[in-house]
Amino acid sequence: MKTIISSTGNNLDSGFDLRFGRAGWFCLLNEETGETTFYENEHKDASHGAGTRVVEKVVELGATRVISGDFGPKAKELLEKFKIQMILLSDDSKSIADIVDSIK
Amino acid sequence: MRKVVAPPGFRGYKPYGNRQVQQQHVDLLYEEYEAIKLADYDLMNHLEASQLMGVSRPTFARVYESARRKIAKALVETREIRSVFGNASLDHSWFVCNDCHTRFNIPDNLTEHHCPLCKSENIQSIKEQI
Repeated sequence: MKTIISSTGNNLDSGFDLRFGRAGWFCLLNEETGETTFYENEHKDASHGAGTRVVEKVVELGATRVISGDFGPKAKELLEKFKIQMILLSDDSKSIADIVDSIK
Repeated sequence: MRKVVAPPGFRGYKPYGNRQVQQQHVDLLYEEYEAIKLADYDLMNHLEASQLMGVSRPTFARVYESARRKIAKALVETREIRSVFGNASLDHSWFVCNDCHTRFNIPDNLTEHHCPLCKSENIQSIKEQI
Protein backbone atom coordinates (compact mmCIF):
# COMPACT_ATOMS: atom_id res chain seq x y z
CA MET A 1 0.00 0.00 0.00
CA LYS A 2 1.25 3.45 -0.89
CA THR A 3 0.47 6.65 0.95
CA ILE A 4 0.94 10.27 -0.07
CA ILE A 5 1.67 12.81 2.67
CA SER A 6 1.67 16.54 1.93
CA SER A 7 4.97 18.04 3.02
CA THR A 8 6.61 21.44 3.24
CA GLY A 9 10.04 20.17 2.21
CA ASN A 10 11.90 17.35 0.52
CA ASN A 11 13.08 15.24 3.44
CA LEU A 12 11.75 13.38 6.49
CA ASP A 13 12.50 16.28 8.85
CA SER A 14 10.24 18.61 6.90
CA GLY A 15 6.98 19.74 8.42
CA PHE A 16 3.60 18.39 7.49
CA ASP A 17 1.75 20.70 5.06
CA LEU A 18 -1.92 21.29 5.85
CA ARG A 19 -2.64 22.22 2.24
CA PHE A 20 -3.20 19.55 -0.35
CA GLY A 21 -3.25 21.11 -3.83
CA ARG A 22 -0.75 23.77 -2.86
CA ALA A 23 1.60 21.78 -0.67
CA GLY A 24 5.26 22.31 -1.56
CA TRP A 25 6.20 18.65 -1.75
CA PHE A 26 4.67 15.21 -1.49
CA CYS A 27 6.12 12.26 0.30
CA LEU A 28 5.25 8.89 -1.20
CA LEU A 29 5.52 6.17 1.40
CA ASN A 30 5.65 2.55 0.36
CA GLU A 31 4.43 0.67 3.40
CA GLU A 32 5.79 -2.70 2.40
CA THR A 33 9.38 -1.52 2.06
CA GLY A 34 9.20 1.56 4.30
CA GLU A 35 10.77 3.55 1.48
CA THR A 36 9.96 7.22 1.08
CA THR A 37 10.29 9.27 -2.08
CA PHE A 38 9.74 13.01 -2.33
CA TYR A 39 8.15 14.72 -5.31
CA GLU A 40 7.99 18.44 -5.80
CA ASN A 41 4.50 19.79 -6.41
CA GLU A 42 4.69 21.51 -9.78
CA HIS A 43 1.13 22.79 -9.42
CA LYS A 44 1.56 24.66 -6.17
CA ASP A 45 1.49 28.07 -7.86
CA ALA A 46 -1.16 27.18 -10.44
CA SER A 47 -3.85 29.84 -10.63
CA HIS A 48 -6.59 27.23 -10.58
CA GLY A 49 -7.15 23.49 -10.57
CA ALA A 50 -4.14 22.65 -8.39
CA GLY A 51 -6.10 20.11 -6.34
CA THR A 52 -7.44 18.30 -9.39
CA ARG A 53 -4.01 18.00 -10.99
CA VAL A 54 -2.45 16.78 -7.79
CA VAL A 55 -5.12 14.06 -7.56
CA GLU A 56 -4.08 12.95 -11.04
CA LYS A 57 -0.50 12.76 -9.84
CA VAL A 58 -1.57 10.72 -6.81
CA VAL A 59 -3.38 8.24 -9.06
CA GLU A 60 -0.38 8.07 -11.40
CA LEU A 61 1.91 7.22 -8.47
CA GLY A 62 -0.46 4.45 -7.43
CA ALA A 63 -1.18 5.70 -3.90
CA THR A 64 -4.29 4.41 -2.17
CA ARG A 65 -4.45 6.97 0.58
CA VAL A 66 -3.60 10.59 1.12
CA ILE A 67 -2.79 12.41 4.33
CA SER A 68 -3.28 16.17 4.34
CA GLY A 69 -4.91 18.95 6.33
CA ASP A 70 -7.97 19.40 4.16
CA PHE A 71 -9.12 18.79 0.62
CA GLY A 72 -10.99 21.16 -1.66
CA PRO A 73 -14.42 20.12 -2.90
CA LYS A 74 -13.17 19.11 -6.36
CA ALA A 75 -10.20 17.14 -5.09
CA LYS A 76 -12.45 15.39 -2.59
CA GLU A 77 -14.92 14.36 -5.27
CA LEU A 78 -12.15 12.97 -7.47
CA LEU A 79 -10.43 11.10 -4.66
CA GLU A 80 -13.75 9.50 -3.77
CA LYS A 81 -14.20 8.46 -7.37
CA PHE A 82 -10.79 6.80 -7.45
CA LYS A 83 -11.50 5.16 -4.06
CA ILE A 84 -8.50 6.79 -2.44
CA GLN A 85 -8.74 7.12 1.31
CA MET A 86 -8.47 10.64 2.69
CA ILE A 87 -6.99 11.21 6.13
CA LEU A 88 -7.28 14.66 7.68
CA LEU A 89 -4.80 15.82 10.30
CA SER A 90 -5.10 19.25 11.87
CA ASP A 91 -1.73 19.30 13.63
CA ASP A 92 0.93 20.97 11.49
CA SER A 93 3.61 20.78 14.16
CA LYS A 94 4.27 17.17 13.17
CA SER A 95 7.14 16.28 10.89
CA ILE A 96 6.84 13.82 8.03
CA ALA A 97 8.93 11.35 10.01
CA ASP A 98 6.41 11.49 12.90
CA ILE A 99 3.56 10.65 10.55
CA VAL A 100 5.49 7.90 8.79
CA ASP A 101 6.28 6.37 12.20
CA SER A 102 2.66 6.44 13.30
CA ILE A 103 1.53 4.59 10.18
CA LYS A 104 4.02 1.76 10.51
CA MET B 1 -30.85 18.24 1.11
CA ARG B 2 -27.80 20.47 1.03
CA LYS B 3 -24.46 18.95 0.32
CA VAL B 4 -21.81 19.56 2.92
CA VAL B 5 -18.25 18.76 1.95
CA ALA B 6 -16.76 18.50 5.43
CA PRO B 7 -18.69 18.80 8.67
CA PRO B 8 -17.53 21.42 11.18
CA GLY B 9 -14.53 20.33 13.25
CA PHE B 10 -16.23 21.37 16.48
CA ARG B 11 -19.37 20.45 18.34
CA GLY B 12 -19.91 23.86 19.78
CA TYR B 13 -18.56 27.21 20.98
CA LYS B 14 -19.04 28.59 24.46
CA PRO B 15 -18.71 32.18 25.59
CA TYR B 16 -16.47 32.80 28.59
CA GLY B 17 -16.03 35.66 31.02
CA ASN B 18 -19.75 36.40 30.93
CA ARG B 19 -21.59 37.33 34.11
CA GLN B 20 -24.74 35.29 34.04
CA VAL B 21 -24.67 31.82 32.69
CA GLN B 22 -26.98 31.74 29.71
CA GLN B 23 -28.80 28.45 29.62
CA GLN B 24 -30.14 28.71 26.12
CA HIS B 25 -28.06 27.96 23.08
CA VAL B 26 -28.14 28.56 19.36
CA ASP B 27 -28.24 25.59 17.01
CA LEU B 28 -26.05 26.16 13.99
CA LEU B 29 -26.94 23.67 11.27
CA TYR B 30 -24.24 21.97 9.23
CA GLU B 31 -25.46 23.58 6.04
CA GLU B 32 -25.32 26.99 7.73
CA TYR B 33 -21.76 26.37 8.80
CA GLU B 34 -20.96 25.28 5.24
CA ALA B 35 -22.59 28.43 3.83
CA ILE B 36 -20.46 30.66 6.05
CA LYS B 37 -17.37 28.67 5.16
CA LEU B 38 -17.95 28.84 1.41
CA ALA B 39 -18.97 32.51 1.33
CA ASP B 40 -16.73 34.08 3.95
CA TYR B 41 -13.79 31.73 4.29
CA ASP B 42 -13.37 30.34 0.77
CA LEU B 43 -14.62 33.71 -0.57
CA MET B 44 -16.88 32.18 -3.20
CA ASN B 45 -19.76 34.12 -4.65
CA HIS B 46 -23.26 32.93 -3.82
CA LEU B 47 -23.82 31.35 -7.22
CA GLU B 48 -20.70 29.17 -7.07
CA ALA B 49 -21.39 28.26 -3.48
CA SER B 50 -25.00 27.32 -4.19
CA GLN B 51 -23.92 25.05 -7.05
CA LEU B 52 -21.44 23.34 -4.79
CA MET B 53 -24.08 22.68 -2.19
CA GLY B 54 -26.60 21.55 -4.78
CA VAL B 55 -29.22 24.20 -4.02
CA SER B 56 -30.55 27.24 -5.87
CA ARG B 57 -28.92 30.61 -5.33
CA PRO B 58 -31.91 32.03 -3.41
CA THR B 59 -31.91 29.00 -1.13
CA PHE B 60 -28.21 29.44 -0.52
CA ALA B 61 -28.78 33.10 0.31
CA ARG B 62 -31.47 32.10 2.79
CA VAL B 63 -29.29 29.53 4.52
CA TYR B 64 -26.40 32.00 4.65
CA GLU B 65 -28.61 34.75 6.08
CA SER B 66 -29.93 32.42 8.73
CA ALA B 67 -26.36 31.38 9.65
CA ARG B 68 -25.26 35.00 10.05
CA ARG B 69 -28.27 35.86 12.18
CA LYS B 70 -27.65 32.91 14.46
CA ILE B 71 -24.01 33.83 14.95
CA ALA B 72 -24.96 37.45 15.62
CA LYS B 73 -27.57 36.31 18.10
CA ALA B 74 -25.09 34.09 19.89
CA LEU B 75 -22.57 36.93 20.15
CA VAL B 76 -25.03 39.59 21.34
CA GLU B 77 -26.97 37.37 23.72
CA THR B 78 -23.81 35.51 24.85
CA ARG B 79 -25.24 32.16 23.97
CA GLU B 80 -23.47 28.95 23.33
CA ILE B 81 -23.34 27.78 19.69
CA ARG B 82 -23.89 24.12 19.00
CA SER B 83 -23.41 22.45 15.68
CA VAL B 84 -26.43 20.40 14.70
CA PHE B 85 -26.86 18.10 11.78
CA GLY B 86 -29.83 19.85 10.09
CA ASN B 87 -30.72 19.04 6.50
CA ALA B 88 -27.20 18.35 5.39
CA SER B 89 -26.20 15.35 3.35
CA LEU B 90 -22.62 14.41 3.92
CA ASP B 91 -20.78 13.39 0.81
CA HIS B 92 -19.59 10.07 2.15
CA SER B 93 -19.13 8.16 5.30
CA TRP B 94 -16.58 10.01 7.37
CA PHE B 95 -15.18 8.79 10.62
CA VAL B 96 -13.32 10.26 13.54
CA CYS B 97 -10.84 8.37 15.69
CA ASN B 98 -11.63 8.81 19.38
CA ASP B 99 -8.00 8.23 20.35
CA CYS B 100 -5.99 10.47 18.03
CA HIS B 101 -8.85 12.66 16.69
CA THR B 102 -7.91 12.05 13.07
CA ARG B 103 -10.75 12.37 10.60
CA PHE B 104 -10.87 10.05 7.60
CA ASN B 105 -13.19 8.32 5.16
CA ILE B 106 -13.34 4.64 4.34
CA PRO B 107 -13.82 4.03 0.61
CA ASP B 108 -16.00 0.98 -0.08
CA ASN B 109 -13.09 -1.06 -1.47
CA LEU B 110 -11.48 -1.13 1.98
CA THR B 111 -12.60 -3.77 4.43
CA GLU B 112 -10.64 -2.69 7.47
CA HIS B 113 -12.53 -0.71 10.07
CA HIS B 114 -9.92 1.00 12.20
CA CYS B 115 -8.08 4.31 12.35
CA PRO B 116 -5.51 4.39 9.51
CA LEU B 117 -3.04 6.29 11.65
CA CYS B 118 -3.02 4.83 15.16
CA LYS B 119 -4.83 1.57 14.24
CA SER B 120 -7.29 2.14 17.06
CA GLU B 121 -10.67 0.48 16.62
CA ASN B 122 -12.28 3.13 18.77
CA ILE B 123 -13.67 5.04 15.80
CA GLN B 124 -17.02 6.65 15.32
CA SER B 125 -19.01 7.76 12.31
CA ILE B 126 -19.19 11.56 12.24
CA LYS B 127 -22.94 11.30 11.73
CA GLU B 128 -23.39 9.25 14.90
CA GLN B 129 -21.40 11.75 16.89
CA ILE B 130 -24.08 14.41 16.68
